[in-house]
Amino acid sequence: MSNLSARANTPLFAQTPVLRITPPTRWWALPFGELWNYRELLYFFVWRDVKVRYKQTAIGAAWAVLQPFLAMLVFTLFFGKLAHIPSEGLPYPVFSYSGLLPWMYFAASLQTATNTIVENQRVITKVYFPRLTLPLSSVLSGLVDFGISFLMFVAMMIYYHMRPSITMLWLPAFLLLAVLTALGVGLWLSAMNAIYRDVRYVLPFLVQFWMFASPVVYPASLMPAKWRWVYGLNPMTGVIEGFRWSLAGRGDAPGHLILVSSGVVLLVLLGGVAYFQRMETTIADVV
Amino acid sequence: MREAVIHAEGLGKRYRVGERERYFALRDVLARAFTAPFKRNGKRAEDYLWALRDISFDVHQGEVVGLIGRNGAGKTTLLKVLSRITWPTAGFAEVRGLVGSLLEVGTGFHPELTGRENVYLNGAVLGMKKSDIQRKFDEIVAFSEVERFLDTPLKHYSSGMQVRLAFAVAAHLEPEVLLVDEVLAVGDLQFQKKCLGKMEEVSKSGRTILFVSHQMNQIRRLCERVLWIDSGQIREQGATGEVIAAYEAAMMQATQGSQNGAGLPLFMGWELAGEGNILQDGLKETTLEFSICPKETIRRGHFGMHIYNDVGVLTASWGFDDLSLDVGPQRLHLMLPYLPLRPGTYRIVCSLYNGGNNLTGGRLLEIWNAVPLLAVDTLPLSHQQDAWAGVLNIPADLKIATRVESAT
Repeated sequence: MSNLSARANTPLFAQTPVLRITPPTRWWALPFGELWNYRELLYFFVWRDVKVRYKQTAIGAAWAVLQPFLAMLVFTLFFGKLAHIPSEGLPYPVFSYSGLLPWMYFAASLQTATNTIVENQRVITKVYFPRLTLPLSSVLSGLVDFGISFLMFVAMMIYYHMRPSITMLWLPAFLLLAVLTALGVGLWLSAMNAIYRDVRYVLPFLVQFWMFASPVVYPASLMPAKWRWVYGLNPMTGVIEGFRWSLAGRGDAPGHLILVSSGVVLLVLLGGVAYFQRMETTIADVV
Repeated sequence: MREAVIHAEGLGKRYRVGERERYFALRDVLARAFTAPFKRNGKRAEDYLWALRDISFDVHQGEVVGLIGRNGAGKTTLLKVLSRITWPTAGFAEVRGLVGSLLEVGTGFHPELTGRENVYLNGAVLGMKKSDIQRKFDEIVAFSEVERFLDTPLKHYSSGMQVRLAFAVAAHLEPEVLLVDEVLAVGDLQFQKKCLGKMEEVSKSGRTILFVSHQMNQIRRLCERVLWIDSGQIREQGATGEVIAAYEAAMMQATQGSQNGAGLPLFMGWELAGEGNILQDGLKETTLEFSICPKETIRRGHFGMHIYNDVGVLTASWGFDDLSLDVGPQRLHLMLPYLPLRPGTYRIVCSLYNGGNNLTGGRLLEIWNAVPLLAVDTLPLSHQQDAWAGVLNIPADLKIATRVESAT
């Protein structure tokens, strides 16, 4: 549709696919083609989320650094200095910040993803687009904040005279795992929240419990080795341990943990897509 | 034979009663499970409502088809099904080509973003590509007439400016199939005309349009063919003139059908003779027709009719005494040799008394705020500055008639 006169010369039907609208069937397919067609809208949603996030705040994007930084200070004081929780030979601030990096990203993404369907209900009931773009844009826009708070980590490495290690090359892989985890869980919660608004009230507790069930303020090695694979069923365990390992470059790669976590993420994600797709057929009617 | 761009066959949409407007709380689901454990989630036939049923029709390439029907007949639901916002429950439809839907103006607008940013966002939401928006950006901005505020956050815009901007984006949508709900009903008259003009232009360029409106004048002007939807089903379809005539006849019959008009309001409606609610020439003879339905015989009655302008100033007003009216539907014709009002929208208020007027002991039957509003769409003839324009719109010439010699 870029050029009107050019199109007028070509037969309309030669190139236009027929869209068939039918009642929802029991079959679902991963709508990758559809998502690809709507990639520009996805981009605009991400762009909007980023632009709007710190509008009308006095210090703007500095919040992206301040939030994990303040949390790190508190954790360092209580868990590091007072409770003497082990930190695998790292300075406790570095230890907790390297865990807070993926955790803060995950928690914030979950928060926006859960509310995205409800917040965009005006658009959902007036225009068609693959609804998957909404939770997807929530978890992608969180990456901008992640990038900003990562700069803080770089500053801390310089402060503690830590040399970046080769294991850092693994970071994108762990970041991807974090994104997929947030997306998988976000899909479930956003679809549920569209129908049961209770989810919104459960979420803060869920996030809090989940943080203490993940090795943010303490190392996974605190868990008895026998049970560590169960611990790995929490996908954020693999993500955080992976982050720490690749950032600090100490110890062995948490291979088995990552494997278990990745498997769980895959299941959550596939289930989430299926559930979301099923809900999609009624979302515009009930939201 | 032209090929069908939209082909619907047996299309149906069923809602659970009450489902459309609410969301569930877990509590409700639990409560239902407890109160009716054997009802299997209450799946009884009477809990359902068919918003659309057995809709079959074809729209061919380049056609502009109007969708008419009363409120709640299912017009918007049909557009929503065709634009894939909601799923049908039965039947199927096939649509060829890119579909753009315009169910609302300004969909996706964000108050914190600037006008410029919202043009991009709104365009993307409506299905435009970024390159298309970039290419048409200047055109869109010129159409919207809000150039000066492009970098101001939308929340500081007046509602009129927001509508303009939203329309400007929507008007530059170029899908092959355009589904339009009654969005032209907002905005000021000048701008509405501009949008109608744009739509005519669009339809001439070979795109297919399905268009919902309650304003028969718009439908007559834009559409070749009309679908009349009644209680979720197609009641009639065909050439615009015929279907509209049948529709209007049915509406008249519905209001006049009941004996002596029991159950009807006293004031049923009004229009300018043959012109809807838009006054095109204030200097010509004009008749305002009021449909009324007295429930009692009126003797020595009083009919008052007042016109207020958009800031609430009583602009013109008439009263008629000693009326004799019988029970049942009838029309009052208020004939005016001219009605020289300034362009704009006006509120009409009518009152009817029995047995005298407000000062002579008459009994007030009803005061009616007339719908729709009176829209005056004439050329402004008075002072060019709004602050000095006044309320009347009367042409004037200025001549220098006599030259007075100054006494030096």
